[in-house]
Amino acid sequence: MSTLQTLTPHRIMEWLEHVPDPEIPVISVVDLGIIRDVVWDGSTCTVTITPTYSGCPAMDQITTDVVAALQARGITDVRVETRLSPAWTTDWLSDKGRQALKGFGIAPPAEQAIDVSAITRRDSTLQVPCPLCGSRKTRLVSHFGSTPCKALYRCTACGEPFDYFKAH
Amino acid sequence: MDQALFQYLLRMGDSTLILSHRLAEWTGRGPAIEEELAVANVALDLLGQARMWLTLAGQVEGESRDEDQLAYLRDAHDYRNYLIVERPNGHYGDTMARQLLFDVWHFFVLRALTESADSRVADVAAKSLKEVAYHARRSADVVVRLGDGTQESHQRMQQAMDDIWPYAGELFVDDAVTLRLAEAGIVPEMAGLLPDWRAHVRDVLNEATLTMPDMDLANRPAHRGGIEGRHTEALGYILAEMQFLQRAYPGAQW
Repeated sequence: MSTLQTLTPHRIMEWLEHVPDPEIPVISVVDLGIIRDVVWDGSTCTVTITPTYSGCPAMDQITTDVVAALQARGITDVRVETRLSPAWTTDWLSDKGRQALKGFGIAPPAEQAIDVSAITRRDSTLQVPCPLCGSRKTRLVSHFGSTPCKALYRCTACGEPFDYFKAH
Repeated sequence: MDQALFQYLLRMGDSTLILSHRLAEWTGRGPAIEEELAVANVALDLLGQARMWLTLAGQVEGESRDEDQLAYLRDAHDYRNYLIVERPNGHYGDTMARQLLFDVWHFFVLRALTESADSRVADVAAKSLKEVAYHARRSADVVVRLGDGTQESHQRMQQAMDDIWPYAGELFVDDAVTLRLAEAGIVPEMAGLLPDWRAHVRDVLNEATLTMPDMDLANRPAHRGGIEGRHTEALGYILAEMQFLQRAYPGAQW
């Protein structure tokens, strides 16, 4: 046990960088920004995660995957806790994660976290570059895509539809 | 147990749960695939929020009831959702009229709840608020598109707004539950949300070329009772479908 506990949280985070998001496997749970804390509590390794969207069905799978990944490294006693506050934001997506999304054909968030101070309607000046051809001539097709975290766009230059990872 | 807090948490949990169920009824029947995707995802957000509120309600009650027991094993008279969310979907304009009025109220109540003296309430509110801000903007977009659309869509959107409007009044009712909690700084007084709600809805309706129904919601609303457990017949049908499996096969999992 004592040898295990000399593993720093930093090292454990490096291992978690190999745990993919179940819905978007090109990005890890660390790059997604949902791993909030890793601490040792005696011989128990406690990993604190925060949900992306409150209804995201992937959270149970992520918990299972985190436990399995650390157990495979020899940490038998893993506990995963959920923390709501502060609420997850796409501002926590790593640069590596953003690049991976783009490479996968999903446009990364094109602006800062969603404004929750007011719901005034704004003229949509948001430009989401097409992840396939790079054109800025794109338009919103649906406010949601295949999951709650994405919207559906179409590029008017190359004609391809694509997912946009919403700023949240 | 803090009875008032338990009751208030049921109002939030039940309202998000029942509206989620209503929206999910559109699955496979949406007017366009893009709208169907959007409605289903809004329903999913609301379901996640309902789980957080009902889990907290169960903890506050302290009788070991979890989210599933509260959702599946209470009868209609124990539900505390606002009547507006149990209204039938109608046509798509009816659904979006209901959604706009609810979303805008939901945004303002959650924004106030992020300042709650109870940090558990504030945390759930802050989490939900980000999702609901998106819902409210989307609902406004659709209502503007339908209201300022064809003559037919305009007329049907106006009728939908007139029909659902009287049900919005209950959202601003204060009673012993909210007044007690407001005094403790845990929830806002609901009547205080009305000016912001009215101003925002008016702006959206103006842009949609729709007429704001001429009914003062601040005074005794035409339809109320949901938050006290007095529901329309619609809720029984919703629960019959939603609860069937757990009632017929207690504890079933898959």
